[in-house]
Amino acid sequence: MAVLLDIASWALLSIGGAFVFIGGVGALRMPDLYTRIHAASLTDSVGAVLVIFGVMLQAGASLAAIKLAAILLFLLWTSPTASNALASAALLAGLRPGATVASQEERGE
Amino acid sequence: MTVLFGVFLLTLMVITALAIVRTPNLFVAVILTSIFSLLMASNFFLLDAADVALTEAAIGAGISTVLFLGALALTGDHERASTSNRLLAMSVVAVTALIVIYATFDKPRFGDPLAPVHQHVSPWYLERTPEVIDIPNVVTAVLASFRGYDTLGEVFVVFTAGIGVLFLFGARPMHKSGSPEIKTTAPDLGLRHYLIPRVVGRLLIPFILLFGLYVQFHGDYGPGGGFQAGAIVAVAVILYALLEGEAQALRVLPQRVLTGLMAAGALLYGAVGVAGMLLGGNFLDYSVLAANPITGQHIGILLIEAGVGITVTGVLLSVFHAFAARGTH
Repeated sequence: MAVLLDIASWALLSIGGAFVFIGGVGALRMPDLYTRIHAASLTDSVGAVLVIFGVMLQAGASLAAIKLAAILLFLLWTSPTASNALASAALLAGLRPGATVASQEERGE
Repeated sequence: MTVLFGVFLLTLMVITALAIVRTPNLFVAVILTSIFSLLMASNFFLLDAADVALTEAAIGAGISTVLFLGALALTGDHERASTSNRLLAMSVVAVTALIVIYATFDKPRFGDPLAPVHQHVSPWYLERTPEVIDIPNVVTAVLASFRGYDTLGEVFVVFTAGIGVLFLFGARPMHKSGSPEIKTTAPDLGLRHYLIPRVVGRLLIPFILLFGLYVQFHGDYGPGGGFQAGAIVAVAVILYALLEGEAQALRVLPQRVLTGLMAAGALLYGAVGVAGMLLGGNFLDYSVLAANPITGQHIGILLIEAGVGITVTGVLLSVFHAFAARGTH
């Protein structure tokens, strides 16, 4: 049983880590701000959720698991909200989706 | 493993520091400073200094970033090109770095139990805290009781800083001195038009306040205390100000209330000290506050931590409002 839990926990941790890595690469490589926000939000939604589930399996039924659940709930509330606030602030500032690639190349970025 | 993680964090911190120095955009620099503080907090936590980590995360990564952004909104987000002598500055930094590196050779090894810092008063604190004060968190016992004078001084430093900022930012041009009332009619301040952050923010603010109170009153038993709790409560009100507009936040907690809080916390701390003198003890000796000396210590620590928290909340919110009000003029 303990071995199964360990395997499940490590699988969750690795998949979560992979998502964090993909999110990091995407935040650097995506062409404009909105796609970058999309990639970065992957990090703290799917990635963080999987990692916390993995750590919860390691913690077992204890106070630490409840604290991790509270952290998970907090992350699920805040990180999509932060992504949304960032994207709508960019939209309000006049940055149009899809129109930035050409202008960035003109500026030589 | 811990050492590996520590080295990793320290490397990230050096990279962040270099990025802060290199970037010409001050907005980017402020965000990088926040990241630097968060890395520092993780590092403190790795060193088992949970109280310091909590302070660094709440004040360094949280409140300072907000205040820096407030300052940037008043000035501009681009660094002026340096005109001074770069070679001289570089050589001064290089020489200082060499001296500091040379000094580290005399340092005891990391975690060495024979290091002077572990031989001096620390064993005494660790031994005596359970019998004299009887609270699990020795950091709080040292901060609030054994070294209560230091903390009193810190509270007055915070108080003085708050007064200084209020004097600097509260100064009005001479011909306007007849209207001291701050004009807070700008309705577009804050994120009023954003529905999702507002709904989520309203949901979170009570929990942030609750967590602040937990950190405040749980400081005897776990990491926490007045400084951290004051910053967390201030963050909740600043979040409210960002969501509902600064005018609304000032309607809920007017500036005179904040000024009152600033003074009340410092006075509460001093009053506990004077009460100890009136009851026949020394200044800031809590043992005489109750019939049982240990209960007296508990009451004294609870009261002075409350004083610290009240002053920190008042000062941080006053500074935030001073920046925000300056922007509307």
